[in-house]
Amino acid sequence: MATSSSLDAKIPQGPIETKWSKYKSSVPLVNPANKRNLEIIVVGTGLAGASAAATLAEMGYKVKAFCFQDSPRRAHSIAAQGGINAAKNYQNDGDSVYRLFYDTIKGGDYRAREGNVHRLAEVSGNIIDQCVAAGVPFAREYGGLLSNRSFGGTQVQRTFYAAGQTGQQLLLGAYSGLQRQVGMGTVQMYNRHEMLDVVNIDGKCRGIIARNLITGEIERHGGHAVLLCTGGYGNVFYLSTNAMGSNVTAAWKAHKRGAYFGNPCFTQIHPTCIPVSGEHQSKLTLMSESLRNDGRIWVPKAKNDTRPGNEIPEEERDYYLERRYPAFGNLVPRDIASRAAKERCDAGYGVGSSKLAVFLDFAAAVERYGRGEANKNNIANASKEDITTWGKAVVKEKYGNLFDMYKQITGEDPYEVPMRIYPAVHYTMGGLWVDYNLMTTVPGLYALGEANFSDHGANRLGASALMQGLADGYFVIPYTIGSYLAKEIGTGKIPTDHPEFVRVEKEVKDRIDTLMSIQGKTSPELFHRRLGKIMWDKCGMARNQQGLKEAIIEIRELRKEFWRDVKVMGGKDEFNPELDKAGRVADFIELGELMCIDALTREESCGGHFREEHQTEEGEALRDDENFMFVSAWEHKAQEEWELHKEELIYENIKIAQRSYK
Amino acid sequence: MHIKLKVWRQSNSNTKGDFENYSLDNVSPDMSFLEMFDVLNEQLIEEGKEPVAFDHDCREGICGMCSMYINGRPHGPLKGVTTCQLHMRSFSDGDTIVVEPWRAQAFPVIKDLVVDRDAFDRVISAGGFVSVNTGNAQDANSLPIPKVAADEAFAAAACIACGACVAACKNASAMLFVSAKISQLALLPQGQAERSIRAEKMVAQMDAEGFGNCTNTGACSAECPKEIGQENIARMNREYIGAKLSSTAV
Repeated sequence: MATSSSLDAKIPQGPIETKWSKYKSSVPLVNPANKRNLEIIVVGTGLAGASAAATLAEMGYKVKAFCFQDSPRRAHSIAAQGGINAAKNYQNDGDSVYRLFYDTIKGGDYRAREGNVHRLAEVSGNIIDQCVAAGVPFAREYGGLLSNRSFGGTQVQRTFYAAGQTGQQLLLGAYSGLQRQVGMGTVQMYNRHEMLDVVNIDGKCRGIIARNLITGEIERHGGHAVLLCTGGYGNVFYLSTNAMGSNVTAAWKAHKRGAYFGNPCFTQIHPTCIPVSGEHQSKLTLMSESLRNDGRIWVPKAKNDTRPGNEIPEEERDYYLERRYPAFGNLVPRDIASRAAKERCDAGYGVGSSKLAVFLDFAAAVERYGRGEANKNNIANASKEDITTWGKAVVKEKYGNLFDMYKQITGEDPYEVPMRIYPAVHYTMGGLWVDYNLMTTVPGLYALGEANFSDHGANRLGASALMQGLADGYFVIPYTIGSYLAKEIGTGKIPTDHPEFVRVEKEVKDRIDTLMSIQGKTSPELFHRRLGKIMWDKCGMARNQQGLKEAIIEIRELRKEFWRDVKVMGGKDEFNPELDKAGRVADFIELGELMCIDALTREESCGGHFREEHQTEEGEALRDDENFMFVSAWEHKAQEEWELHKEELIYENIKIAQRSYK
Repeated sequence: MHIKLKVWRQSNSNTKGDFENYSLDNVSPDMSFLEMFDVLNEQLIEEGKEPVAFDHDCREGICGMCSMYINGRPHGPLKGVTTCQLHMRSFSDGDTIVVEPWRAQAFPVIKDLVVDRDAFDRVISAGGFVSVNTGNAQDANSLPIPKVAADEAFAAAACIACGACVAACKNASAMLFVSAKISQLALLPQGQAERSIRAEKMVAQMDAEGFGNCTNTGACSAECPKEIGQENIARMNREYIGAKLSSTAV
């Protein structure tokens, strides 16, 4: 592994408060007549992709958008539950752009870039305005104004929400804007299409190769810029809260064509998910972090206590988050809550049949809300039953859909017994390295939303993913892309009969032919499961040198076995989900190797990256700012060979401190 | 559990399909219905047979991708859930389960249980939006919206466009889907400017796609996994008639 340092993130000069506004007023513009001749390819139609495609088309560019689902509205942003942050300070509780900026940097354990995060905080308010204008039905108070709630890692209420379906409502808002442009003919929509490679000509990204998933046809698409809005890679762990189709293929192909991969080992393990129930499990379901506003997390004080949660008396319960982190209690950030749950379960205090679960209990909230209702209605001597009934009604209004989901999956009623939860892979902070313009190391190739690495450092705060996806798509890329495209107005239409298109298309076809021809004994699904197990055991919530070294060897073996023994049924010229899956798993295997290498190289603990060798006496993450205050940007050289480039992180506005929520 | 399956198999939209019988042992009651299909597909691959194609993605009931017609009902026997949220504990040991794709002229079969629902996207493109370009918005709290209206709009906006309403309807009508979007935007102040033209254009597109008419049977709401109510159809009719009385645009 070679290393070289210094990557230029192209952060504008000047004080942090004015970087973005100065940039906006000085960035080159493209006049309307020229915009009509510039084509932009947007891959992925989640919050980042849909908002970018719609906005760029409104501005006058010619846009082609791609998604592998049957409709752009199904991208996995749709499943985000809890909310979206914005520094509106509507609650008059001391919020500000600076505070959101500060909380995000601190929450990211001082591994995010100041310039990007401040910009994110600056545009956060505009996002809410835009969404409301587009008809997003956010939760409201009786006075008709927008409602807010708290999320982890903050002490203000800045999270806007729509029941437990915020991602759905925001995505449908962006999707409606996208469909409006599709109807006007300014966006050409390609659904059930998967991007299988990018095409670079003379050092610039000039298009993609995509497969029509219905017919199997391989297509060439040219563009003056390509935007990858393809989400995260949590499915490398097999079991995660991601959708079944979520994959790394687009980002990985870009990586192999020259885009550096930033901080691949930074993964977020979400503390509140429904525990695994058996071998058949295909995915995990999140229970929104918003539940930690009202739910209290605990385990029994005695080991191996098998009583149902509601039969364990108060004095025999250990509310371990409230005990360890009195200032933030149940609202500590996700990485901390996850590790604390793991610590209790590893120590033998876990609950449920697998012993890999902790309780999330709403009994106290039910009683508190019930009494509140009694007070509101001037009922002095309400019975305990009445209070419980009223309290449950309030809880139902706040979290009803989540409680229903829990009941459907587990068969248990969370209004009666405490929920059982356990951490699960949820989000990946790492992603393609991008500069301030959101451009990767390949000119003309951009990465937005979860697909890039930029804003969340080593740990993302709750309700910040939706904020970043929409910030990138609605408010950042429409400006920053001008600085590149202004120089492209003389380029003319990109010819897709260029030898590079021919060459890359042939490579894509050859790979498909290879996958189809192996005809081994093992399905792509089984390879995926095996990869997931290696990753979860050795590159999951806690990592150590020995485990990571073993994992790298095992993954390399798995890759060789895959290309020897994979069995893909069906044909290549038809609708074939097995073939789609095989290609994705092959890419996940390569990514897994890089994640382990990155985790092994980063000899410190920070945020979601916890190296067992580096912890404080209390078991908290121990950063090494002297040696690791940089972004790891990996350049792909050859099979099993990468070069590490470092982007040094400079904190001019925030004082680096040990991250404490005690 | 032991489960017998009769599954619709069809190579593509140009060929005729038929039912195939399968038998599965060791089905766990905790499995979701789609995980049971994963097991079936692994079994088929092992036998050297082509697995069953079916649409699915989020597997938590929100993306709207899964679409199985189970024992004569879209998304199976439970109320208010999608196929992916259905678990095998809702069936009994030894049951025979019949699984078909959505059946509607406007949703042609792509393969096996996978259908083409592009018609829904085209209906939204016809008018299911507020025409506001990025960057034009005023402060979000400058226009208070009564909580009741916001909640009602949200209830309509919860539609996941899975198409169960169309599959459930004997006329393959899409009125519930279309009315949910028309209702959401008609209930909010942001939707007022385009209220009439929206109703006209979306209904015209719905008709052009070949969806049937509504005869007020109510199967759509009964089978809707998000329990979108019939009042939305009433509201759509009101919006549409009002628009038609005052305009000749479409």
